[in-house]
Amino acid sequence: MSHPSRFLLLIGPLLLFLAATYLVPFLGVMRWSVTLPASGLGQYKAALGDPLVLTVFWRTLRICAAVTVGAVAAAYVVTLLWVRGGPMQRLVVELCILIPFWISVLTRAFGWLALLSNKGLINGWLQALGVLSEPLTLVRNEFGVVVGMTHFLIPFAVFPLASAMRSLDERVLMAARGMGASRARVFWQVFVPMTRAGILGAALVVFVFALGFFVTPAILGGGRSVMVAELIYLRIFQSPDWGLGAAISVILMAGVGLLLAALMRQVRQGASR
Amino acid sequence: MVAKIRAAEIGAVNVGKMFGTFTALSDISLTIGRGEFLTLLGPSGSGKTTLLMILSGFEAPTSGRLTLDGRDMTATPAEERAFGMVFQGYALFPHMSVEENIAFPLKVQKRPAAEIKRRVSAIIEMVGLGGHGHKRPSGLSGGQQQRVALARALVYEPPVLLLDEPFSALDKNLRGQMQEEMRRLHRETGTTFVFVTHDQTEALALSTRIAIFEKGRLQQLAAPREVYERPTNRFVAEFLGEINILPLSGLQTCGAVAGGRFEEQALVVAPSERPGATNLAVRPEYMRLHLARPDSGNAVAARIDHLTYLGAETRLALRTSGGANLTLLMPTAELPPALEPGTAVWAGWSESRGFLL
Ligand SMILES: Nc1ncnc2c1ncn2[C@@H]1O[C@H](COP(=O)(O)OP(=O)(O)OP(=O)(O)O)[C@@H](O)[C@H]1O
Ligand SMILES: [Mg+2]
Repeated sequence: MSHPSRFLLLIGPLLLFLAATYLVPFLGVMRWSVTLPASGLGQYKAALGDPLVLTVFWRTLRICAAVTVGAVAAAYVVTLLWVRGGPMQRLVVELCILIPFWISVLTRAFGWLALLSNKGLINGWLQALGVLSEPLTLVRNEFGVVVGMTHFLIPFAVFPLASAMRSLDERVLMAARGMGASRARVFWQVFVPMTRAGILGAALVVFVFALGFFVTPAILGGGRSVMVAELIYLRIFQSPDWGLGAAISVILMAGVGLLLAALMRQVRQGASR
Repeated sequence: MVAKIRAAEIGAVNVGKMFGTFTALSDISLTIGRGEFLTLLGPSGSGKTTLLMILSGFEAPTSGRLTLDGRDMTATPAEERAFGMVFQGYALFPHMSVEENIAFPLKVQKRPAAEIKRRVSAIIEMVGLGGHGHKRPSGLSGGQQQRVALARALVYEPPVLLLDEPFSALDKNLRGQMQEEMRRLHRETGTTFVFVTHDQTEALALSTRIAIFEKGRLQQLAAPREVYERPTNRFVAEFLGEINILPLSGLQTCGAVAGGRFEEQALVVAPSERPGATNLAVRPEYMRLHLARPDSGNAVAARIDHLTYLGAETRLALRTSGGANLTLLMPTAELPPALEPGTAVWAGWSESRGFLL
């Protein structure tokens, strides 16, 4: 048997599975978006003309951008300790990365609610210490959503960053040090730029993941910070607007696709230049 | 022409390095003089890179001291020593252009922008990379990357330049060119060079002195001609190239000459101070082939085992009547005609070409 056909035999079932579970349903959603309730592009026009939909898109973008910056920056520090720290630091970081995977999204969102709410731990402490007289609104707003999502997504940013940091040639850092560069200069001018592909990869993973978030914003946003996934859910399950929900889904998919393409190009350019 | 650099003298005193229980270097003492070109030579795993890492400050010795111009530098961190280092594999900054790579050490030193620009473009010309300044390292050939690494190490005029097998990935032509360039750079800058190589010929051609290592020990430290022609032990003699070793019996020293017997022949050699040196050693290229016993010098009777034609030279493998193997290397033009395996011949050499080992 020739190599290509053996390859196809091995990968074929997976392709079939992906087509059945992702492609076919998505094509169905695309069909809804141009047929329900009437044929044509009316739903797209309605979606893009609806101020509520636009507000939600804009809010989603804002929250996801903040979450991406926060999660990637935090994950960078965590990964640095993991890849370059001592054995003790490594163990602690591994536990901190693994344990959250065992706890459900729901539990973690309620955990943050307990910490951040007006009668929660943080406000309680701050008031007890006399720092605050009135509780600070930390939750049921965008801030709470960003905190909860960032926390959830940090572990996902760790892996692309770790692979970039591990594949980095130690001698390049030595070369910089040998020329008299301070630790800060080596870090900012050599180490960070050399992990650029990892940073972009981590940012992409976090951003795309964040776009689809549903439970965390619903709980920590308290219905006031509706994001696009929740909006689609509302349109399809709580109102008969299937066509509009489908159109929003397709716009979201198209946005993600464009973003992916742009990032791939960035990474490739960085590698070849 | 580059301005002469204030070169430094570095010293190692009883330096040792352990990795766990493994001894990578033991009791190394040497002084590398100002403007010297010292080559570290030795088989794989003999500790060359380890010594270079200790000199540069990236590794700390487990015992012993280091000095810089007579002052102790054992505890000085690498960034303060700021010796130029060319790593094996070049270690260029992949995200910076050639110019930015070379400018990096000058920016670290906070030189004025105009000076940085001038010096970077001068050194780019000097290493023959004019027109490549805006490329990334990944867009350069191996030899060009090598030259960027050299330029980056030279541009800030470090007092010492450490080079770890910098030509290992280059083809023969490029290697020759780069050797020429290194020699010129060394002459023009006057920097102290410490160079690591696996290539004996390269070491002999470039160095003012060669340090030969085996299993973490310094075997000999001397000028190229001396290590080649007067090695202090059998390891050094054999590491630097082929050599014939003839055990002598009844060795006696009489003033400025020593004599002994090998098989049926009385052989003469310069005496040695080392006790136990009873082998006569001769390099193959100093032996000549004769059809009859030559009138002067040493000679040993043998038969031709086989010939290997190498173009300008021919290698002859001989076997003596006692069964010892000899190797000769002769210009093909000087070879007597009609030689074939089994022919009875004499291998002769001038008495001054042999030495006791
Ligand atoms: N970090 C380390 N940990 C443990 N052993 C090491 C370490 N670095 C080097 N060694 C050992 O020390 C010995 C000397 O290594 P070194 O790299 O100095 O050899 P070398 O002479 O440069 O060899 P090569 O010519 O192959 O580069 C080797 O046996 C090596 O395995
Ligand atoms: Mg080495």
